[in-house]
Amino acid sequence: MDSIRALIVDDSSVMRKIVERSLRQAGISLSQVFEAGNGAEALGALRENKVDLILCDINMPVMDGLEFVKQLATVENAKGVPVVMITTEGSEAHVVQALSAGARGYIRKPFTPDQVKEQVLPVLARKP
Amino acid sequence: MSAADLALASGMGRGCWAPLLQLAAQEVFDLMLGSALTIPIEPAPEQGLDITAMVGLAGQLCGVVTVRCSEKSAALMAARLLGIAPDQVGPEMWDAMGEICNMVAGNFKNKISGMADGCMLSVPTVITGADYSVHSLADDGALRVTMAFEGAPVIISLQVHS
Repeated sequence: MDSIRALIVDDSSVMRKIVERSLRQAGISLSQVFEAGNGAEALGALRENKVDLILCDINMPVMDGLEFVKQLATVENAKGVPVVMITTEGSEAHVVQALSAGARGYIRKPFTPDQVKEQVLPVLARKP
Repeated sequence: MSAADLALASGMGRGCWAPLLQLAAQEVFDLMLGSALTIPIEPAPEQGLDITAMVGLAGQLCGVVTVRCSEKSAALMAARLLGIAPDQVGPEMWDAMGEICNMVAGNFKNKISGMADGCMLSVPTVITGADYSVHSLADDGALRVTMAFEGAPVIISLQVHS
């Protein structure tokens, strides 16, 4: 698999680093990693940059992950970019909400690099 | 009937929550820190536990989950979480403690049938220092689980206000 550009959206900088490390541990080669602390920042980053994959938390200040996913269609650079949610919110309702909003995968915290791999690789393989 | 009531009615009362809180914490430490959180054989001293991370619960289950430990333990937890040496840990220690508490609270509520849907988590808060008192609206005494991380005490508690 070619190197990919990833956007990691989480209000915790520690969690952003953990997600990046988990992607690398999962064998995913990252050519560039962008970070955002909430959905609004992430939309701003996507207006300036193209990415191949977005990993996003749900509970964040300013704009949460579900609202961010809904608004992705308004950003030209983000069209068709797969989103995988990574969150402590583990209910079926949250999973359904996230997938209905446009997310392609869902990882519950705590997670292992293998779980990241299981969710992310199929999503990248389906990428148009 | 609230999810908390349903849980109580189905026999999964608060008496059963301590093992679930313990398991939730152990899973977080195992999966995210690659470290075991063990049950100490003897009661652990509480002096020097001057880092407290807190996450609020709101909805069908209201309350607060806290994780308390020493600053040395917090730095070691942050190092394990980030995969760096303990002496490289800086201000991210507080963020790391907040995330650990957040994952413990989230993992705990996801283990209680019906609670995952109806209970939201607050963003974490981390307190430095041990000379403080918490005046909570909790119904009764906090549920406390004392565990050990690398031989040092970690106290996880849940105060419920239903």
